[in-house]
Amino acid sequence: MEKSIKKYFPVFLLPALTAFAIVFLIPFLLGIFLSFTEFTTVDNAVWIGIKNYITAFTRDKNFLNALWFTTKFTLVSVITINVISFALALLLTRGIKGTKIFRTVFFMPNLIGGIVLGYIWNLLINAVLGIFGLDITYDAAYGFWGLVFLMNWQLIGYMMVIYIAGIQNVPSELIEAAQIDGASKPSVLRNVIIPMVMPSVTICLFLTITNSFKLFDQNLALTGGAPAKQTAMLALDIYNTFYGRIGYQGVGQAKAVVFFLIVAVIAFIQLRITGQKEEEA
Amino acid sequence: MKKIISLFLAAAMLALLFTGCGKSKTPNKTETTANTIRFLNFKPEVAPVYERIAEAYKKETGKTLIVETAASGNYEQTLAAKMGTKEAPVLFQINGPKGYLNWKDYCADLKNTELYKHLKNKNLAVTSNGNVYGIPYVLEGYGIIYNKEITDKYFSLENKAVDFNSMDDVKSFEALKLLAEDMQKHAKELGIKGVFAATSLKTGEDWRWQTHLANIPVYYEFNKNNVDLTSDAVNKINFEYSDNFKNIFDLYINNSTVDKKILGSKIVDESMAEFALGECAMVQNGNWAWSQIKNISGNKVKAENIKYLPIYIGIDGEENQGLCLGTENFLAVNAKASEAEQKNAEDFMYWLFSSDTGKKFVVNDLGLITPFDTFGENEIPDDPLAKEVILWTNKENVTNIPWYFTVFPSQNFKNDFGAALLQYSQGSKSWDDVKKLFVEQWAEESK
Repeated sequence: MEKSIKKYFPVFLLPALTAFAIVFLIPFLLGIFLSFTEFTTVDNAVWIGIKNYITAFTRDKNFLNALWFTTKFTLVSVITINVISFALALLLTRGIKGTKIFRTVFFMPNLIGGIVLGYIWNLLINAVLGIFGLDITYDAAYGFWGLVFLMNWQLIGYMMVIYIAGIQNVPSELIEAAQIDGASKPSVLRNVIIPMVMPSVTICLFLTITNSFKLFDQNLALTGGAPAKQTAMLALDIYNTFYGRIGYQGVGQAKAVVFFLIVAVIAFIQLRITGQKEEEA
Repeated sequence: MKKIISLFLAAAMLALLFTGCGKSKTPNKTETTANTIRFLNFKPEVAPVYERIAEAYKKETGKTLIVETAASGNYEQTLAAKMGTKEAPVLFQINGPKGYLNWKDYCADLKNTELYKHLKNKNLAVTSNGNVYGIPYVLEGYGIIYNKEITDKYFSLENKAVDFNSMDDVKSFEALKLLAEDMQKHAKELGIKGVFAATSLKTGEDWRWQTHLANIPVYYEFNKNNVDLTSDAVNKINFEYSDNFKNIFDLYINNSTVDKKILGSKIVDESMAEFALGECAMVQNGNWAWSQIKNISGNKVKAENIKYLPIYIGIDGEENQGLCLGTENFLAVNAKASEAEQKNAEDFMYWLFSSDTGKKFVVNDLGLITPFDTFGENEIPDDPLAKEVILWTNKENVTNIPWYFTVFPSQNFKNDFGAALLQYSQGSKSWDDVKKLFVEQWAEESK
């Protein structure tokens, strides 16, 4: 039995491997290859070495600006989203009346597409700023906080659902035991609930960090990078470089590879750190 | 249960695997014979017309025209995506010398084609080393479009501050400024919100200023210095007429329907709607805007009242200045297609602009003013702006300004300039900084 499995395993694995190669491996490797070339379409790529990478970091000032803006945005939104959604999850696991309705309502924004969301919030924010005779393009700070707000509005519901699942899985014996031992509410939260929901924290942090870092639709629809590309995040900058500039396709591709590396490294580090926390708990 | 699930998963995987193969079996494939022309259309608004053209062409010649249309503002992206496939367009568009540089590997030489022989002004074509790579198929003109009904109403006011009585007397920036500022004061009596439609400066909606308006000072500068447009001399600019640009730009944003601080969220459609609904008296745009004006529901402006005024920016001798005439639409043939396919594309081009059927479509449905001698004097589109363009083209002692912006260094330059114009309008950037950016970015992007 075991022998025949060993013999035939390539046959069984082949469909999966082919699919993996076609939809992931080949495009990915082709993407990396193209970042070292100058090209208009895939057919006429000419090898130019690391020139694209040099351009991305030196001549093209937008990339570093976008990187800095994205980092700021991610820091702020990851903290706000997770704190608020965790607080909401705590509230909605206490058995308040109408819990289910609240959960549904908070989750709803997550179901709306990014472009539509961005457009609607663009109208809303402009309507409010319009009272003062301004609009969202007036200052990069407006665009920044607009994006943070939008991101919160959209992701809090989703993260809340994950946290609720985590909190509900905390064995009630543990909490009761802590209470009998005389633990105060904050101390139950800090010493029992939070350590027990660490797996949820891992997932939520991972999702919010990568989602914030890769944000595109909302950015495009809400600010489009205005004013003067100051609110363009990495994904939008890559898009603009690739499609908006003649002869810059290779540079756009190089930026995309750098972008991938950054996201991969962050996700890896974050998973390692929170993974350790999980084991401790 | 588990078995069912794994069966289902396996089926899903297989389905995923084979979707790739399934696509190539679409009916289009069978038509990729020597008798088809693949055309990537630039203007979504005329896509239905091209479908009818394809039908007519099939009837007359038996050849199949496959028209694909790129979404508005996405032509380069769509072209880049399609060029890499087996079903690459054979006939496509480039937007001038700069567009040619991006697609030079794909542009076939067209100097021996019939259509090129019929091009009236050979200087309009995109050429390189004596070869022709893009044939312009339309002439377009832009200026300040005004609603004569409103200006007439103004001229009949008793307490107007200007001493002339007709738009024909507006022949300089000075006169235009007097007129616009006084009209703005009387906006209520005239029933308008402002003289000029909103200066749309949202990203992607600012081409009327960063490209079209900027054309005029650049034209005057290059003209004064005798710059050869095909030489490297275009890689540097001093923006000598920046103050003139500022003149007209200030006039636009200060005498408008909206406050200049909120221009960053205004789009071209809104500006055209304001004009169509009679909320403003003037708007800067080209003759392509007629379809927009016409199609706005509840539009109040009458076709016979739509007129053109050149964009005066305060330069000596500008009383003889005309509209800005040119095009950004050049037909190119894919050099990587087979010879038979290229020949088909060339035949189709010629058919469209020379046969009776084709010309009817061009004039009546596409509404183009063409630069070819195959069109008679009466074969012009029936829309007020096109008629005005032709009127200005034929005026004596008038110098029309060609489209120099086809040599602007890059889209990126234009976008940066547009963004700077927005910041200037909002008051967060000084004009000196805008000027500096124009000069520096021009040099930087020309490298």
